[in-house]
Amino acid sequence: MDAAALHQTLQARFGDAIGTLESGMEPAIRVAPAAIVGVCTYLKTDPALGFDCLSNQSGVDYPARHEIEVVYHLISYRLRHACILKVGVPRDNPAMPSVAGVWRTAIWQEREIFDLLGVVFDGHPDLRRILLPEDWVGHPLRKDFVEPTEYHGISTKRESML
Amino acid sequence: MSLGGYDVEVQRPGGLATEEMTLNMGPQHPSTHGVLRFIVKADGEVMREAIPDVGYLHRSIEKIAEKVGYHGFMPYTDRVDYVAAMPCNQGWAMVSEKLAGIEVPRRAEYCRVIACELNRIASHLLSVGSMGMDIGAYTPFTHALREREYINDLLEDLCGARLTFNYMRIGGVAWDLPPEWVPKAVAFLDRFEPLIDEYNALISYNKIYVERLANVAVITAEEAIDYNLVGPNLRGSGVKFDVRKDLPYSVYPEFEFDVPIGSGEVGTVGDCFDRYMVRINEMKESCRILRQALAGVPEGSVLAKVPRKFKPPAGDAYVRVESARGDMGWYCVSDGSEYPHRVKIRTGSFTATSIIDKVSRGLMLADLIAVVASFDLVAPEIDR
Repeated sequence: MDAAALHQTLQARFGDAIGTLESGMEPAIRVAPAAIVGVCTYLKTDPALGFDCLSNQSGVDYPARHEIEVVYHLISYRLRHACILKVGVPRDNPAMPSVAGVWRTAIWQEREIFDLLGVVFDGHPDLRRILLPEDWVGHPLRKDFVEPTEYHGISTKRESML
Repeated sequence: MSLGGYDVEVQRPGGLATEEMTLNMGPQHPSTHGVLRFIVKADGEVMREAIPDVGYLHRSIEKIAEKVGYHGFMPYTDRVDYVAAMPCNQGWAMVSEKLAGIEVPRRAEYCRVIACELNRIASHLLSVGSMGMDIGAYTPFTHALREREYINDLLEDLCGARLTFNYMRIGGVAWDLPPEWVPKAVAFLDRFEPLIDEYNALISYNKIYVERLANVAVITAEEAIDYNLVGPNLRGSGVKFDVRKDLPYSVYPEFEFDVPIGSGEVGTVGDCFDRYMVRINEMKESCRILRQALAGVPEGSVLAKVPRKFKPPAGDAYVRVESARGDMGWYCVSDGSEYPHRVKIRTGSFTATSIIDKVSRGLMLADLIAVVASFDLVAPEIDR
């Protein structure tokens, strides 16, 4: 099923929760944050769609648009097709539902997005930092992240001697 | 529910109080293949859970990509997975080429396939060799590493490096095949192919080896897909999916090869032995691909004309390459400037580590070593 047909199918079922079909190199379907679990459950369980795997979940910070985008690259091993979903959440309150109940790979992938971009996934079973230390302040993949000058009293700056 | 674990009733003399014990394994441990830590809750020898604690090797490679530009990021991709750096090079080159619409010369594609398949064999040799060592058989490791050295020599002739190759470029590869290199590579295959069977005779079907791996940590196809296992770990569970075959890229469609999957030949489909055996069989398939590729390298240039100031048009692209650890996802967002807006690398080791908590429940403590080895985890690839 190609992206345009999938977009129509989803729009017919979920109405306004499905946004535009972003054209581009790889067409992506925009989904409202509140609807993401319903859409994903449908994509996974509908026999004609069968997206059994969340291949990749990424977060991207777009300060100019005041939003953080969470991108879902789905694949169906059974039906050998793929699709892309994009969800925008506001930068000042980046909260959205977790899809960890749909695909368990999201447990770790969402932890990483929480860690590096600060998106809070509601309903996540174990939302804590994964790559950075627990006491780290801030989310480094945000564009306005300022590198700390020290960590526990250890300076992160080393002036060149030359 | 037991996931291929032992149904062990821990026998205790009556009246003795027992308690669950929390053990720390790692981060520095010979069998964690890098810096990786597990917090194990054990009841005697049986694990209640083993929670992976990752991040010790986080070098913020994705953030670095935003600072160094497209060409400058290539050497960093080597460090994502230093055991199989060639496919990382290729992933980065391919996603950049896709964004900018660059056509790669055919000779360069052949060079890439040859480099990647040699690297895949080297990586699988390290994996199967260290698997033996992890569960107590030292000698097979030396046999595997001996052959891996020849591949390192070949790759050194090709690009000057033995581990972090920095061989590929956006638009092709840095160096053409050196003179007299192809016959040397073919000579290596002639030597190596019979050794795979020798390897099977030496260790694969050894009784102790089989008993340590068969029926241990069985992962069903559904679980493997749910947790996004990729590569040999996914195929070990019987899912016949290989990016080279199913979402082909580069010149892979021109070659004949099979995709080995787990068959449960000594235990259950999806056990540690199946994941191990898939890698053994994949080395044979890589040899097949290499023979075809080495025989058919076309003439021409190895690098397309790519501007030094590389500014792909705004947009995003996602590519998958079949690394030695499976489907490796490269997501890149360009804002039209010289620097990527965002790079995300989804690696096989990351998703494989996420299932350990689940599969470890009910296994013996010593099996955790076999599980980690059977996933072929490379810690820097988890943390990036």
